[in-house]
Amino acid sequence: MTSDRSNPRRQAGPAQSRLAKAVRRRAASLRSVLRIARALFSSQYALMLEYRAEIVLWALSGLLPLLMFSLWSNAPAGAASGLSPQAFARYFLAAFVVRQFTIVWVVYAFEEDNLLGRLSPYLLQPLPLVWRYVAAHLADQATRLPIVTIMVALFFLFVPSAIWIPSLGQFLLAIFALQLGFWLNFLLHYAITLLCFWSERARALEKLLYMPYLFLSGLLAPLDLYPASLRAFALHTPFAAMLYLPAQLLSGGPVDLIAGLLNAVSWLFLLVPLNLWLWRAGVRRYAALGA
Amino acid sequence: MEYQFNLVIEILAVGATLAGSLFTLSLFFGHGQQLGGWSWDAALVVLGMHTFLEGFASTLLRPNLGNLVKQVQNGSLDFVLLKPIDSQLWLSLRTISPWGLPEIGVGLGLVLVGLARSGAHPGLTTWIVASAMLLSAVTILYSLWFVLAATSIWFVKVWNATEVLRSLLAAGRYPVSAYPPVLRFLFTTLLPVAFLTTVPAQALLGLAPGRMVLLSGAIAAICLVGSRALWLQALRHYTSASS
Repeated sequence: MTSDRSNPRRQAGPAQSRLAKAVRRRAASLRSVLRIARALFSSQYALMLEYRAEIVLWALSGLLPLLMFSLWSNAPAGAASGLSPQAFARYFLAAFVVRQFTIVWVVYAFEEDNLLGRLSPYLLQPLPLVWRYVAAHLADQATRLPIVTIMVALFFLFVPSAIWIPSLGQFLLAIFALQLGFWLNFLLHYAITLLCFWSERARALEKLLYMPYLFLSGLLAPLDLYPASLRAFALHTPFAAMLYLPAQLLSGGPVDLIAGLLNAVSWLFLLVPLNLWLWRAGVRRYAALGA
Repeated sequence: MEYQFNLVIEILAVGATLAGSLFTLSLFFGHGQQLGGWSWDAALVVLGMHTFLEGFASTLLRPNLGNLVKQVQNGSLDFVLLKPIDSQLWLSLRTISPWGLPEIGVGLGLVLVGLARSGAHPGLTTWIVASAMLLSAVTILYSLWFVLAATSIWFVKVWNATEVLRSLLAAGRYPVSAYPPVLRFLFTTLLPVAFLTTVPAQALLGLAPGRMVLLSGAIAAICLVGSRALWLQALRHYTSASS
């Protein structure tokens, strides 16, 4: 993508045609990127459709926020918190939806590829490994879309008082925050995945990563119910940006938008270089092993 | 060295889960409130029971029944069936994974702390009833897991279903009376979460109603017989890897 940046525009000759050529070349490279992306996505989507029964099960295993909703809407502490049952219903439904579209399982996929010996051929392809996994996750999300839609409809059937339609601006903002959340979650998991180049036990770390996610992301309770100091801490972690922020935006709850987005973006600025560095060092190590 | 690393991770994970669960539970008890008629100290016993059962599942159920699924997939189940020993027993008790032991310990500790703090002094009969309830809980949990694993004879890829089971059993972290009536009904009948954590906790606190105690035993018996019947049925359908 970046190689055509160095096109020799300064050389002698009719600048006009050079420019045209450069533009054409850039368009061609963009087209080829799009073509690769489309091929990757459609092949991964076909693969995911094959597993849709399993994806239904995975979607069902994400019912925790709805379970927490039934507790909070019934508990005296919920009533005393100043949030209405309706607000709880919307928050936790939004949390359920956000969780479904920000789930990351790249560690498992990588480990399987590694064990089955698929990793070396993948590494030989002229495509950075990460895009294959990104495509697989996006395809997984596309497969989840109808399942999640049905589950949301079922929820509204049982809790009709919770029905709401976010405004377009609110919706787009929530989608944006959800994308940020997905990338943060993906990059965090990918960093752990890359540690697999060094130790096979890196996967145990993934289990450890789930703990702060569970308790700081707002999956079990809206962060507004946390004691002030803990809440402030949670809001500065990437975990709040993965769930709480998009869920609040989607459900129309009160949220400090600027601070939340700033937090998410600053973690992104930290995680991208970290991943790049781990990737370079890891591949060098993999090659050095002679595998 | 490798095992040390795993142990450190495991202990860290158990510690973090404990801290997080206690914190989440405490959110329900701000300003002297109760949760479903349970005090904070009594709710600790429920949480302890849940932690204990999670540890039990990682020690015995997950390794063994995970193996069963694997053996159906690669065909080595045939060798187990040829052994002159009951296949269900063999498949269920073959290995023990030590990684669940910290959780078992923490769970039991939590139960004892909750009991002490709520000022309960269980007498001999209470201990006997509570042990019976614990046995029922373990039996029910085992049967649910075994049934799921046994269905792999029909549907080879079922392991994801255990994730669903696990997430539903997380409901047992809180006393069942904290849920709305519909779910409470569901958790005492179709998915007996109530008998896994709430009823044994009640028994320990000396609060279990007599009919719940009887019901718990009956459900455990039904689950166990059901899992046995399903296994026999599954074996009749099993056409081995080579035929």
